[in-house]
Amino acid sequence: MNKKKITLKGVATEAKLLLIGIPLLIWTLIPVYHLFLFSISTKDSATSGHLWPVHPTLQNFEFVLLQKHFYLNYFWIQMWNSVLIAVSVGFLTLVISTFAAFAISRLKVRGGRTVLNLALFTYFIPAAFLAVPMYKTMSQYGLLDNQWALILAMITIASPYSIWVLKQASDKLPLELDEAAKMDGATPLQLFRLVYLPLMVPSLVAVGTYSLLLAWNEYLYAFLLLSKENTFTVGVALGNFLSADDSPWELLMTTGLIYALPPAAIYYTFKRYMVSGLTAGAVKS
Amino acid sequence: MLIPYLLIFFIFVLYPVCYGLWLARHPDSYVRLVEDPIFVRTVMNTLVFLVVGINLKMVVALLLSGFFVQKRWWINALSLLFILPWALPSIPTILSVRFMLNPEWGVINTQIFQLTGMDGPNWLNDPALALSFAMLMHIWKSLPFWTLILVAARLSIPAEQYEAASVDGATQWQKFRFITWPSMKTVYLTSTILSMIWTLGDFNSVYLLTGGGPADMTHVLATLGIRYLRLDQIDLAMASIVIAMPFVLPLVFFMMKRLSK
Repeated sequence: MNKKKITLKGVATEAKLLLIGIPLLIWTLIPVYHLFLFSISTKDSATSGHLWPVHPTLQNFEFVLLQKHFYLNYFWIQMWNSVLIAVSVGFLTLVISTFAAFAISRLKVRGGRTVLNLALFTYFIPAAFLAVPMYKTMSQYGLLDNQWALILAMITIASPYSIWVLKQASDKLPLELDEAAKMDGATPLQLFRLVYLPLMVPSLVAVGTYSLLLAWNEYLYAFLLLSKENTFTVGVALGNFLSADDSPWELLMTTGLIYALPPAAIYYTFKRYMVSGLTAGAVKS
Repeated sequence: MLIPYLLIFFIFVLYPVCYGLWLARHPDSYVRLVEDPIFVRTVMNTLVFLVVGINLKMVVALLLSGFFVQKRWWINALSLLFILPWALPSIPTILSVRFMLNPEWGVINTQIFQLTGMDGPNWLNDPALALSFAMLMHIWKSLPFWTLILVAARLSIPAEQYEAASVDGATQWQKFRFITWPSMKTVYLTSTILSMIWTLGDFNSVYLLTGGGPADMTHVLATLGIRYLRLDQIDLAMASIVIAMPFVLPLVFFMMKRLSK
């Protein structure tokens, strides 16, 4: 019988683990706590260094949600823009990359390998480097200040990794499935719809969530491609606060907290799929 | 079925890249770029960011992966919170840190004043400090992702190997040296290289925290390119990117080779 005993060595191990865990917790939460602290503080309280407000208040949320400051005139429109762009990117990336992964991995179309390499190449280009020529060509296409510019740019950035992850996952499906379906006289389209899609659901959820979050969280491309208050996203609006000296910090931070909540909620909802789906591609050794 | 992606690739990757290279065709652009004192400073900053920032991050991620594979209920709970920086958008959290560091009203300096009666330093007005904070910001944001990758790599090591080592009386260090490290080496190096490539494209950590300041002393290549773009000097913007290519492309091809095996 191996009874659990409290030994000196055991206590020391726990202490060591706590010694790592507690600083790690503080390190992780400080910026988030500071954001929260500002959102429930009055301006005076927040800027005089209180670690907990003297009189916690929800007034900032009221100001933001009712757009009671000229910085916030477009808050709900910008929120809607963020939603629209993120959902479009999530959906379109999913469609494009599922088609591509299916063609490469199951139909084994000619040139599939090359396309995969092109996608991987795009995946590895540093995002800020691609932004410069992308901005220039978007203006040639006449898409600047059009939300399609951001949607298309984010699809460009999200789809390579999505294709890669989906291709890895679909390589794992047994080939016999395809053969059996073909024997029964299924066309490639039926194979795709009736066999492939249902089996791929977990990876599809992972990829959809990944591209949706990528688009929602994006700052650089949004700020380059959209410059009108009623077309850009909440992220860009927050960045614009920066340039002003008299920014109402507490409102800015409250807006930031509200903007950060949906991705956190989505992440935790789909965490199961995200972690297994997304690390699978990267850890391959 | 490949056509939708190919269209995206040709219209939004291939054409822009070719057009960009064409814009950066004049040798004159490179001469002007190299003569810009900001550029020299930027290259140094970028190197510091990559060599110091990334290696620090990866070593910490490697150590933390050993922490997160321990089976405790509270470590599980902590791992849920630990991932937050990666899932949250950069802008609110970076602005939050930027406000903390504000010399007059930021929480750090007001605390310093209340505790010691002295004025704290003007954190972001010192180029070295500002760049260090930008690196810490980057580490804060991307450490969870790499830790997760390394945790997955650690978990794929068969437990029997450790049990056998324990029977033979191996110390913790020996277990790491002869079991953990050999099986994680490849993933660790791949992750480091990938992180280096991506960090070259990390615009947010620097731009949102320091704006490249004070006096354009904390730019990295990612923010410098965008700075030139905003100043309508597109040829310089492209030149600053093209000049990094001899360094980036070998890493990219190395990664492609590894992943498509």
